[in-house]
Amino acid sequence: MNSLFEYVLRLGDDSLILGHRLSEWCGHGPILEEDIAMTNISLDLVGQATSLLGYAGELEGKGRDADALAFLRFDREYKNLLLVEQPNGDFGMTMMRQFFFDAYRKPLFEKLQHSSDKHLAAIAEKSLKETKYHLKHSSEWVIRLGDGTEESNARVQESLNTLWRYTNELFFTNEVDAELVEKGIVPTMQEIQNEWNATVTAVLNEATLTIPTNNWKQEGGRKGLHSEHLGYILAELQYMQRAYPNMQW
Amino acid sequence: MVTENDIWGYLEEVADPEIPVLTVVDLGVIRAVKLENDQCFITITPTYSGCPAMKMIEEQIIEKLNEKGIQHVLVDLVLAPAWTTDWISESGKAKLLEYGIAPPENEVDKSVLFSEPTVVPCPKCGSRNTRMVSLFGSTACKAHYQCNECLEPYDYFKCLR
Repeated sequence: MNSLFEYVLRLGDDSLILGHRLSEWCGHGPILEEDIAMTNISLDLVGQATSLLGYAGELEGKGRDADALAFLRFDREYKNLLLVEQPNGDFGMTMMRQFFFDAYRKPLFEKLQHSSDKHLAAIAEKSLKETKYHLKHSSEWVIRLGDGTEESNARVQESLNTLWRYTNELFFTNEVDAELVEKGIVPTMQEIQNEWNATVTAVLNEATLTIPTNNWKQEGGRKGLHSEHLGYILAELQYMQRAYPNMQW
Repeated sequence: MVTENDIWGYLEEVADPEIPVLTVVDLGVIRAVKLENDQCFITITPTYSGCPAMKMIEEQIIEKLNEKGIQHVLVDLVLAPAWTTDWISESGKAKLLEYGIAPPENEVDKSVLFSEPTVVPCPKCGSRNTRMVSLFGSTACKAHYQCNECLEPYDYFKCLR
């Protein structure tokens, strides 16, 4: 297996699918400023996906570019986290999902910017600067909604309870990671998980939210085993390329 | 005989598509200019990963240089080192302010979590009594602020480093 291809593909798919999810808010945000914020973050993520999937295509060496990887694969070939394909729900649900993701991406990119793989390091260094703004935004909303009214607290607590089961998969590892850690290309997931735990605990405490004690965790996305939601995302995402193969604009 | 310095001069005539008061040189997205015989190589870097203006900047550079009689232009996009607002020239920052966009503040030590919004003086009246409306504004590189004194709503060019 081409481990680095697989690893970069995971990162690219996370960015692509979450970027697509956020784009669904375009024109539907609860207030204009947040409509703009979510689509800005979506733009950053889709931009990162372009860099990551482009590099994945080079690593694979079969002539597939970023577009081919984004638009012409089947659901089981996508390696994104289950977390990022979960439906937007209400605004609080979207912010909670984003917060879990940003709190994981920030330490990951901080480590990857020093990777011995120069191309991956460059993408990480670039993306990290954007991710810091995303995390600032999502963590502030989690705090505002959690430590807000009775209604907002109850709703965002419900989102937390729903999404919690998908957080363990953030730290999924298999032989791909083992090989790349051994070669010094990527950090160990333990380092990332420690920082994620610290960030999430601090923010959820500040937000007066309760961390679920039910530790049953769901995974599958990293292995290509997705929830039913991914199929609907791909139907929309891939429509143009499937209906009009090779179309460009 | 055209020199690399001439090319830098020509690039001063290429405006950023989203903030036309700045040239691509002011913005710091031109990383290198190289001339080899009659082949011109320009290296550019994006401000943000998803910046939709990069393709247009590339096309405008080629168009401008063709107009100046340089026929063979190759534009290459690099990600590292990553662009930072520190690369916006001093004259660029002055032009932003003049245009009504608050230039990036020095906020290097701001932590990501639990930090207060950056104080950004109003580009209209200069008051520091302003508030952040949203961390995200009309483009990926800006935040949205409002002045509490003169009520001017304005864009702030976010510090990126």
